[in-house]
Amino acid sequence: MTLAASSPGFLSPTGVEIAFLLVGVVTLGAAIVTVTTKQLVHAALWLVVALGGLAVEYLLLTAEFIAWVQVLIYVGSVVVLLLFGLMLTKAPIGRSPDADSGNRWAALTVAVASAATLIWVVVDAFRTTWIDLDAATAAAAGSDGSTAVTGASLFQSWVLPFEALSVLLLAALVGAIVLSRKAAAEGERPPRSQDKAPSGKDKAESDEIKAASGKDEAASGKEGAR
Amino acid sequence: MHLAYPAVLSVLLFCTGLYGVLARRNAILVLMSVELMLNAVNLNLVAFDVWLSQAARDTLHSGQALTLFTIAIAAAEIGIGLAIVLAVYRARGTSDIDKLRDTAEARPGPEDDDTETAAPAMADKTEAAA
Repeated sequence: MTLAASSPGFLSPTGVEIAFLLVGVVTLGAAIVTVTTKQLVHAALWLVVALGGLAVEYLLLTAEFIAWVQVLIYVGSVVVLLLFGLMLTKAPIGRSPDADSGNRWAALTVAVASAATLIWVVVDAFRTTWIDLDAATAAAAGSDGSTAVTGASLFQSWVLPFEALSVLLLAALVGAIVLSRKAAAEGERPPRSQDKAPSGKDKAESDEIKAASGKDEAASGKEGAR
Repeated sequence: MHLAYPAVLSVLLFCTGLYGVLARRNAILVLMSVELMLNAVNLNLVAFDVWLSQAARDTLHSGQALTLFTIAIAAAEIGIGLAIVLAVYRARGTSDIDKLRDTAEARPGPEDDDTETAAPAMADKTEAAA
């Protein structure tokens, strides 16, 4: 892209970049603790830190609406659902030595190898790409803020996927109820699990389609390559 | 801001989630790791949306719309996933994935009733390999 030539170097980071890096380090640290801690409930609580950190990153990237949706849905309800799940399956409180399975070294190898490969590819491709956040903010301010822009594009260009998403959420709702009821027919603990399954969907009101997302990522990949 | 910062953070988060999915034993911890991977994808979508809306004059804001879609899908997924984990827990009394080995190939071990079903499967595999 033409912006590439004029992009500043990595040695003189802007304020936003420094903030992004600091929050990124916290987010990544919390994520790593989430997948390594031996205390199951602590894993869920560190997940809150990681997801909240990501919400801050969205704010720094000028995506306000996404940031608040992230806080509402992930921090507000997905983590609560996970905690419910931990309690309903009688997860041990305190350290459980068998939280990691025997293949953790293989897992570590796979993760490190894929991280190295992907970082190499991503850095090589986007080393010189520069996002002009000031221009993004100005453009959003010119049209009533980025939430207004998101809303307009969502209900103009993305209405069909949006409606398809509501059907999908309905299907998920019915599916979760069916799963819970079958277990109830066998005889244990119906009410709690029924409360819990629907709440997963309620909060999901926001939206969605998967096929479209695959297509779009392919599109951005193409842009990047150019 | 350099696009490389969000992209690299997203890669690191994704690989952390990948490690979690492969290394964890408790099904709910695996679901948490899946959430981490989905969030890494969301960060990529948002970052590329900000970049492309200038560089490529993308007025659809596809990145942000798709992020919302992904978040909704993730919420549906976690609801269904936990319902399944709970159903498995009720039926088997455990949410430890390493112990759910009904469809595993037979090993010389205590699970004798697996052997009859697994033997034909192995035969199929040898056939396919040949």
